[in-house]
Amino acid sequence: MEQILNYYFNLEVIARYLPDLLKGLLITVEMAVLIILLGVPLGLLLAVVRTYRIRPLNWLIVFLVDFFRAIPLLVIVVLTYFALPYAGIVMSSFTATVVALTLVLAAFAEEIFWAGITAIDKGQWEAARSTGLNRTQAIFVVILPQAIQIAIPPLTNRTIAITKGTSLGSVIAVQEILSVATSAQSLAANPSPLTMGAILYLILFFPFVRFTRWLERRYGSWRSV
Amino acid sequence: MELFLDTFFNLEILREVMPLLLEGLRLTLVLTAVIIPLAALAGLLIAALQSLNNRFLNFVLVGYIDFLRSIPPLVLLIFIYNALPFLGLRLGNFEAVVLALVLNGSSFFGEIFRAGIESVPAGQREAARSSGLNAPQALIHVIIPQGARNVLPDLVTNILELTKQTSLASVVALQELLRSAQIAQGLLFNPTPLVAAALMYFILLWPLVRIISRMQREVVVIK
Repeated sequence: MEQILNYYFNLEVIARYLPDLLKGLLITVEMAVLIILLGVPLGLLLAVVRTYRIRPLNWLIVFLVDFFRAIPLLVIVVLTYFALPYAGIVMSSFTATVVALTLVLAAFAEEIFWAGITAIDKGQWEAARSTGLNRTQAIFVVILPQAIQIAIPPLTNRTIAITKGTSLGSVIAVQEILSVATSAQSLAANPSPLTMGAILYLILFFPFVRFTRWLERRYGSWRSV
Repeated sequence: MELFLDTFFNLEILREVMPLLLEGLRLTLVLTAVIIPLAALAGLLIAALQSLNNRFLNFVLVGYIDFLRSIPPLVLLIFIYNALPFLGLRLGNFEAVVLALVLNGSSFFGEIFRAGIESVPAGQREAARSSGLNAPQALIHVIIPQGARNVLPDLVTNILELTKQTSLASVVALQELLRSAQIAQGLLFNPTPLVAAALMYFILLWPLVRIISRMQREVVVIK
């Protein structure tokens, strides 16, 4: 028992590296906020564009969305950081991670919003149009408010999964929680920073995971998209 | 355009690295084939135990699930691979990846199967019990088959996600598809191997993505 405490909850080691870990936490939070603020609206925009049923444009949207849903997050992060520079697009590791995860979140959000939009009864469209609203007004005033409500539970689940992906930034040396914890672990020759890192992730994400349970109780069981 | 193809889709380089990439793909498939059945079985067991409605047991199981849903899978993997050896528990990188992803996957499968089991009307259980089946038999023969069908889109989604997550193995130097591509890219100073690996993932997993979208559309239509 003492050994476990000494290795995994070594207070001295934790005290030494806590400031660095907290800086890492800040970067993780910054990335997560940026990804959500950019990815969710982009996904919503794509879903709205799709309702206009412009054939070639819709094929392009569906293909891009499928592409980002089919390829592992880490592969997209690595491609963004290591392959794009060959095309002259050079990004910092922070930006590359944010861009990669934003695109993936946008793809999943589009799919979820689209599922919400198609779940709205056709009569809602017809009623909206017959009151004199044009197509765009009908979408924004009648359809979207209902579709977004349907989308919230699965979107919350998916957003948690993708913002957890900020830990992938460690692979390209973004100084977020995992990266800081791993280097601290090898410097200190003690895994307590990793334990502490895991606890920081728990503090960050556990409330949201509990929130999804509350959503499920409130709105009943749903299908994640 | 030619320069673009030469850089990102250089056929000569592609020919050269193809054997390495295929070797990586094989390991990716092996990982998938080991991890998904184990994670699904563990998840099913968790959901079955939850359906017993034992308060203490459910508290523990929900804690297990929510803990694992809060920790990024890469953090779990690094912890298992880097931190457990201090206790003398040294796993090889293959075993560490399998353990991390089975733990992670079991929590999501557990939630999905639980939702599935809860979606089956109580009358089904009562009818099964009154026909002489005991509780485990009713669960296995009557409840789970119907429940699993009700959450099929979610099950396929989780299979897709777990398959994608095998790419995390590259971080602990397990030479699956992504790692193979990174090695090739490092040797040849050309991104073609990475692009090729991405395309291989796409070809492998696009059908699953399409199936999920189609199943969801059907669900919506049924509603």
